[in-house]
Amino acid sequence: MKLNGAQILINSLKSEGVKYIFGYPGGAVLHIYDALNACNEIEHILVRHEQGATHAADGYARVSGKCGVTLVTSGPGITNAVTGIATAYMDSIPMVIISGQVPSALIGNDAFQEVDAVGITRSCVKHNFLIKDINQITNTIKKAFHIATTGRPGPVLIDIPKDITIATIESKPYPNSVKMRSYQIPSRADSAQINTAVDLIASAKRPIIYSGGGCIIGNADFELRAFTRQLGFPITQTLMGLGAYPATDKQSLGMLGMHGTYEANMAMHGADCVIALGVRFDDRVTANVDKFCPDAKIIHIDIDPSSIAKNVSVDIAIVGDVKSVLNDLIIKMKTKSIQDISFWWSQIDQWRSIDSLAYQNKSGVIKPQTVIETLYEVTKGNAIVASDVGQHQMWAAQYYQFDQPRRWISSGGLGTMGFGLPAAMGAKLAKPELDVACITSEGSIQMMTQELSTMLQYATPVKIVNLNNGYLGMVRQWQEFFYDKRYSMSYMDALPDFVKLSESYGHIGIKVEKELDLKPALIEAFKQKDRTVFLDILTDPTENVFPMIPSGAGHHEMLLTGRDEMTSTNDEGLNLV
Amino acid sequence: MRHIISVLLENEAGALSRVAGLFSARGFNIESLTVAATNDSTLSRMTIVSIGDDGIIEQIVKQLNKLIDVVKVTDLTATEHIERELLLVKVNVNQQTQADIDKQIDVFSCKIVDVSEDTYTIEMAGKSQKISDFLESLGASKILEVSRTGVTGVCMKREN
Repeated sequence: MKLNGAQILINSLKSEGVKYIFGYPGGAVLHIYDALNACNEIEHILVRHEQGATHAADGYARVSGKCGVTLVTSGPGITNAVTGIATAYMDSIPMVIISGQVPSALIGNDAFQEVDAVGITRSCVKHNFLIKDINQITNTIKKAFHIATTGRPGPVLIDIPKDITIATIESKPYPNSVKMRSYQIPSRADSAQINTAVDLIASAKRPIIYSGGGCIIGNADFELRAFTRQLGFPITQTLMGLGAYPATDKQSLGMLGMHGTYEANMAMHGADCVIALGVRFDDRVTANVDKFCPDAKIIHIDIDPSSIAKNVSVDIAIVGDVKSVLNDLIIKMKTKSIQDISFWWSQIDQWRSIDSLAYQNKSGVIKPQTVIETLYEVTKGNAIVASDVGQHQMWAAQYYQFDQPRRWISSGGLGTMGFGLPAAMGAKLAKPELDVACITSEGSIQMMTQELSTMLQYATPVKIVNLNNGYLGMVRQWQEFFYDKRYSMSYMDALPDFVKLSESYGHIGIKVEKELDLKPALIEAFKQKDRTVFLDILTDPTENVFPMIPSGAGHHEMLLTGRDEMTSTNDEGLNLV
Repeated sequence: MRHIISVLLENEAGALSRVAGLFSARGFNIESLTVAATNDSTLSRMTIVSIGDDGIIEQIVKQLNKLIDVVKVTDLTATEHIERELLLVKVNVNQQTQADIDKQIDVFSCKIVDVSEDTYTIEMAGKSQKISDFLESLGASKILEVSRTGVTGVCMKREN
């Protein structure tokens, strides 16, 4: 049977088991949309902006563990998608982006809606393709999904000129496998390195496990729990790793890094052995690298060799899938005796007793931390929480205790404001049976409010928890601390009435101005199973995120709320952002 | 330290810009870069000269390996290897300078590939340092135009 390129493309996506495409039509992809119209197996979610499409596909991928798929047109379609692609790239999220391109004959002629999509996206994709021949479609799609979902995952873009979607060929079966001599997934980790690691772990007196997003992406939460419990070691998790190990467990020290807990950062600083699992030693985690873990031998396990020794030099490097390496470690540690670390635990408990997440309630205002704690209570810790970026993101990470993986959806690497709402929509499609909350703020939400419309059309009920303090809070916090309270452009003077705004999009809006009303409002919102509810919560405009490592400082130089005076950072620190 | 990195990559459109883009995006330095097809028409060989400490070179090699189109990366500097660069230089020749130029051509075993009324075009192949020495010995005042290919190289033993 003869099929056109668009039909072959859609059939290929069907063969890949794609359930949802998040996209937006346009001239260059009209044939693809025509083929999609005849396809019952794939549901297309028509977003209101291509950035929303990429974030929604991203949220879907983070929750489901499957590859997110986005379809956009040429020119502005793909440039709008770039922010979402870069967001997925920084957090290693599997995604395939299909972008239309002007007809092959017009490429390079500055045609209408032409951009060099492959060139523009090159530095923020794992790989990209320009299809030049209709015969390449199936193979390219097979390769794209293979690359996006294996090894360290990431977004892969396929740019397809319009004439290729129109041309026809005799249809061929979709390939079962793909061979690429230049792309090999790391095989089993080196057992000699694992043995060295085992010896080091067995001799550690002040050990700490530092785990990250790799444990979630690599589906290693079960192994991480088994390994951590087997050893009885303290564990701290990165922003991206939250939920892989239960936050409420006694061995968990919470998040580490710039706004991590005091005990997590102090334990990192005091450790003699750091077991780093699926992490990349990001600058938000390490703080000043010159002061990072001064006494520790570091074991680093990661699937991406380029993550190892990039920011921090390590003592034992193990390249491999974190799940299989953890399995090896679990088996090998069974026959090893480990040191008594009760002294180390008593030291950690002392740091813990400082209670670095304590905050002072103030009458007459709602504390943002209280909102997150109440949300946790009302949802019994079972909701999927998507966040935007800023202060509220840090409070969400600090005060919502994630006990399960793939429940915390946040743009960690790129820090993309606007991510939360579309990501929450994608999350709801991935797990419709779970409650989904979007923790956001009046700054972030305004970057993607148009997706409220998509959420009505596709009935993806999300509870939007808007921490409205009138300020771009993280910017304001830094200006307060480091710029002598010169609040340059961090205050928005003309905010919309979010209740009316959400009502006009067909959702429920509730304004919360008093702490007394907070819990009832949250309970009411989550009772509305089938509706999106926008909770506009007025929070303390002066509240800051604590504890904090000022940039340029080390893990042991944390500032605690109400206890330490914030002093200006040094020049080196200001440079670090 | 100066390293010569040899990259075997798929002969695909855009492969060169992936490598060049990687170097600029990550702030790695490129002293020279050459690329051409190999005996296998589906593969290209790229030879990059970069300067950096061990940590930077390690990252360069790892990041290159991470590119999907890259099949193999070898740091030639870490092995016994041959490096060569080709120079074409056009010099100003007159009665005062000719004897000296002829002498330098002789000393450096170069070849005159074209002669015009008042110029020579000289060809020389050799290590980059030797080429630089030759250019220096000619003296800036005589040189009209310089074109260097950048370094290419191979490792001396059979690779596994």
